Amino acid sequence: MSKFRKGKKGMPAISTASLPDIVFMLLFFFMVSTTMRETDLLIKKPALPVASEVKKLEHKSLVSTIYVGKSKDTRIAGDKIQVNDKIIEVKEVPNFIYSERALRKEDEVKFMTTSIKADKEASVGTILDIKEQLRDINALKISFSTSKGNDLSKNY
Amino acid sequence: MARREVGEINAGSMADIAFLLLIFFLVTTTMDVDSGIARKLPEKTDQESDVIVKEKNVLDIVVNRNNQLLVENEYVKVTDIKRLAMNFIDNGGGLGTPIDDKPGEPCDYCEGARDPNSSDHPTKAVISLQSDRGTKYGMYVSIQNEIEAAYNQLRNDLSLKRYGRSYDSLLQDYNDNPTESLKEKIDNLKDKYPQIITEPEPIK
Repeated sequence: MSKFRKGKKGMPAISTASLPDIVFMLLFFFMVSTTMRETDLLIKKPALPVASEVKKLEHKSLVSTIYVGKSKDTRIAGDKIQVNDKIIEVKEVPNFIYSERALRKEDEVKFMTTSIKADKEASVGTILDIKEQLRDINALKISFSTSKGNDLSKNY
Repeated sequence: MARREVGEINAGSMADIAFLLLIFFLVTTTMDVDSGIARKLPEKTDQESDVIVKEKNVLDIVVNRNNQLLVENEYVKVTDIKRLAMNFIDNGGGLGTPIDDKPGEPCDYCEGARDPNSSDHPTKAVISLQSDRGTKYGMYVSIQNEIEAAYNQLRNDLSLKRYGRSYDSLLQDYNDNPTESLKEKIDNLKDKYPQIITEPEPIK
């Protein structure tokens, strides 16, 4: 008991002057990290449809993403497909998946998922074409990327 | 002009301001979690095998390029699909699929109308979704979502009856802490209500 009391008397208060600096450092870290993006979109940012029965995609490292949406140039009609940093044709989708597979370990390949991030205004034909290509090369796990919500009426 | 001495500004509240900002950014940061409707594509086989499925065991959903829906040749809204699909899957009007030479048994967990003109058994009930190439993707996802919702609801109901807790909570628990008994329960529910969805060639 007496030990504590003695300490209290003698010790000067710890300076908190550097606390703002520490906190600011953390703050800047979070501010910077929020703006990090994996790919730059060459197409218009897809407005994802809303769905209520969504599942989170586990193992982000095993997900390859295909973007489908309108071209940024409004004069160009039709759906564009983007993977990584380039716009591709439907028939190039297998090549993309093969290159993705080459980056993974062999035993992980069967757990790989393809996430399709498509604009809700895209036509089903494009999506079905992609699905057909994926079937051809046995990339069977897919996920239709959606945002979570209960109001589905904005989808159509 | 008299120069007045300015006292030192108290920096004690600086930390509070910084904390406030920090917490704001912490909360608003979304680490961009990708979520969506998971689907498994059917494998491609070399030979075209014709599986004969009775007409009554198929729920036909057709959507055209104007995003209009036909279910069993009746014009419906997207929001009706869940109910129709549940009624169809859970009908249980006949015998199930024979497993290992054992004859199929009637569905003892179904709560449907047992209409002889609707599906025989959840393990036989096929949902067919035919879309047009021009259908909007948003519509397509909505339909997929409603079908998923129907299956989830049925699994939830059965799970509540059997295990006293919902299928969702089972799945969540399994995610956090995968155990054999949980897996068995989940697989059992999946077996009782398997998702059989077929997508025929789109209308050109």
